[in-house]
Amino acid sequence: MSEKEIDQTSGIETTGHEWDGIKELNNPLPRWWLWTFYATIVFSIGYMVWYPSIPLWNASTEGLSGETTRSLLQEELAAVRSARAETVEKLAATDLESIRADAELSRFATAGGASIFKVYCTQCHGSGAAGSPGYPNLNDDDWLWGGDLESIYLSIKHGIRNGVDDDARDSLMPSFGADELLDKEEINAVTEFVLQISDQEHDAALAGTGREIFADNCSSCHGADGKGDREFGAPNLADAIALYGTSRADLKAQLHQPKHGVMPPWGDKLGETGVKQLAIYVHGLGGGEKAKAE
Amino acid sequence: MLTKEKPAKDTPRVENFDAEAVNSKENRSLYEARRKIHPKRATGWFRSFKWWIMGITLGIYYLTPWLRWERGADAPDQAVLVDLANRRFYFFFIEIWPHEFFFVAGMLVMAGIGLFLVTSTLGRAWCGYTCPQTVWVDLYLVVERYFEGDRNARIKLDAAPWSASKITKRTLKHIVWILIGFATGGAWIFYFADAPTLAVNFFTGQAPFVAYATVGVLTATTYIFGGFMREQVCTYMCPWPRIQAAMLDEHSLTVTYNDWRGEPRDRHAKRRRQAGEFVGDCVDCNACVAVCPMGIDIRDGQQMECITCALCIDACDGVMDKLGLEKGLISYATLEEYGSNMQLASGRGDWVSENGRTSQIFPENVRGENGRLIDKVKQTNLRSFVRPRTILYAAIYAAIGVALLWALAVRDTLKVNILHDRNPVFTVLSNGAIRNGYEIKILNMTGTNRSFLVTIEGLEGATLKLAGAAEPEARSLRIEARADKLQASRVFVRVPKDRLDASKTAFSFNILAIGGEDKTKAGAHFEAPDHFDK
Repeated sequence: MSEKEIDQTSGIETTGHEWDGIKELNNPLPRWWLWTFYATIVFSIGYMVWYPSIPLWNASTEGLSGETTRSLLQEELAAVRSARAETVEKLAATDLESIRADAELSRFATAGGASIFKVYCTQCHGSGAAGSPGYPNLNDDDWLWGGDLESIYLSIKHGIRNGVDDDARDSLMPSFGADELLDKEEINAVTEFVLQISDQEHDAALAGTGREIFADNCSSCHGADGKGDREFGAPNLADAIALYGTSRADLKAQLHQPKHGVMPPWGDKLGETGVKQLAIYVHGLGGGEKAKAE
Repeated sequence: MLTKEKPAKDTPRVENFDAEAVNSKENRSLYEARRKIHPKRATGWFRSFKWWIMGITLGIYYLTPWLRWERGADAPDQAVLVDLANRRFYFFFIEIWPHEFFFVAGMLVMAGIGLFLVTSTLGRAWCGYTCPQTVWVDLYLVVERYFEGDRNARIKLDAAPWSASKITKRTLKHIVWILIGFATGGAWIFYFADAPTLAVNFFTGQAPFVAYATVGVLTATTYIFGGFMREQVCTYMCPWPRIQAAMLDEHSLTVTYNDWRGEPRDRHAKRRRQAGEFVGDCVDCNACVAVCPMGIDIRDGQQMECITCALCIDACDGVMDKLGLEKGLISYATLEEYGSNMQLASGRGDWVSENGRTSQIFPENVRGENGRLIDKVKQTNLRSFVRPRTILYAAIYAAIGVALLWALAVRDTLKVNILHDRNPVFTVLSNGAIRNGYEIKILNMTGTNRSFLVTIEGLEGATLKLAGAAEPEARSLRIEARADKLQASRVFVRVPKDRLDASKTAFSFNILAIGGEDKTKAGAHFEAPDHFDK
């Protein structure tokens, strides 16, 4: 460096930089600033020793504390688990109807069920549990396999038609059109009959013919009045709700070659208390039914 | 500029001080270390007034959390309480919920306008008398004086080498300072929790961490601001002096050195007068500088550093008394009257004495034959307070105050919020009826548990049901809300399909306190599938 240049007015050394004739004074750093700066250096050394810090080839140094955000998360989760342990044990030991009757347990189960639902169920049933064509709306009062707590619990635990769980409920509707069990006219007639009993616009004459065909072919599962049978998961055809749509075309398609809903079993994945919480949550969405009188 | 003159022989009763303003123009530099100020104790009317204000403001601050106010079994009995955990603010008979925060906002606006009003009339009265920084520095100075003595003793002690006595004095001073700081931070936390309980918990180590942290921080800031930084806080940290300066005008009172009667100042007034020279009232004793907590010289004119604490007025009035002159060489004056008096005192061009002293001020102009100030000298007139600006401030202040009082008088004790379910917006039931879900939030803002009857208006055939309740659907619904609590209930509303003729129907929930006067109406919408729009 060249020799020091001293500013005439202030008597302070300049940095030697010049912009349009203006020179920068080389004032010393304020002492408080300098000491704070040194303090941060000392702090950073301690920090480096105590926490994981220096990146190496495979991982970073572990630090004396061995603390990582991952380990902190594990600790927090463990704390939450142990805080909940008592309630969860109680849940496991209590039957569903008693959980529902207990304000505290029911609140806990509903909150837990809601978060389980968000993770595992929304993909098919939607975040509001309102379903979509092919996936039932869980808010309404129409249930394929039963809407009391026990039935909902079983549906969740074992699933439906999944071929994985031996206890999963299963049923199959024949493909009346595709397998030529009924011809086109007969299918049309049955469709008009279903439109009639579900209180929709229909051809009364055709529906009359359909009633007979229905009695011969469908009533064994759906019942003579078309109100369904939950034993087989046979839907109620006489209400305003249909899984695959209520229109004439929807009904015809279902008669020709029916689609069947599949649901995986959740018992192993969610555990006993998880399924219980989920059942309480789904039951509380608005369509839950009372337990069947024994 | 330290003049080492001996006290003048012709004014033996007036003590002269070796004091210099820390911001004197001659030595002003952009880069300067703090020069320690050793304010001398002042006596006089303003000092007494300030003792009273200190006592009252500190008393309010330290004692308020301990006042009790009966509110019933479920509510806290602390008169003033900011209950952050339960989101309530209690102030004697007033209880403010979060949605009523406008009361607090309104009071803050009033405080702001009030500050404008006071500043435009009384100048920086806030800074000089009630600002916590001023009050606590005053308190810290009391302690400092008690242990180390007044100004001269303190200057001597500062310069003295470390000795057992110096260490003792300093240690005691700092211990008391820290105790005051601790009491200050300690009092603060009592505003946020039940004071007696918290006090016990605090000293038994059971208080929450935030309580200890708050006390720690406030102890440190009080100790540092009051003991060490003092005037630096006002001059360099506080934005308020700079804003206040913009609010002063020629009718605002400021602490003023009346140089129209003080100049030319001289320590040897009598000798000069005998020599036939004009001499002002100021004997240049520097008493005003010695007492100044900001370390400034008021005779340099209005300065940003001046907090108008008026201690220099007390100091100078004492001196004027001794000299047998009128008080008020330094006084509260407006710029307007100062200007008028200045004009009276000058106006004959420069005056040059035999030994070369020059001055534009002729003290004789303002004094009559009898040696008293003449009647033409303007005195502070309270009427100067009344001007469009102050009237406007007062009007705004009063308007907000009246509006807040009115709002308080007609304050609701029942509030209802309705939240429509977003997902699903509606549910079609098996018989074709439509069901909507709502969350009804009832705020029971009274001290008693109450039952409310919920009915529906404007939605034909609608029935209600509490989610999860065993009771069947009905035309009305009963909701219990606990005292001083928000009760959130999920409610299903069901309408048969033949009663609906639109996909969106406006209706309202009527909520009525059973056995009471309170009732309210809350609007909502009932949603249905699009095919209901015919």
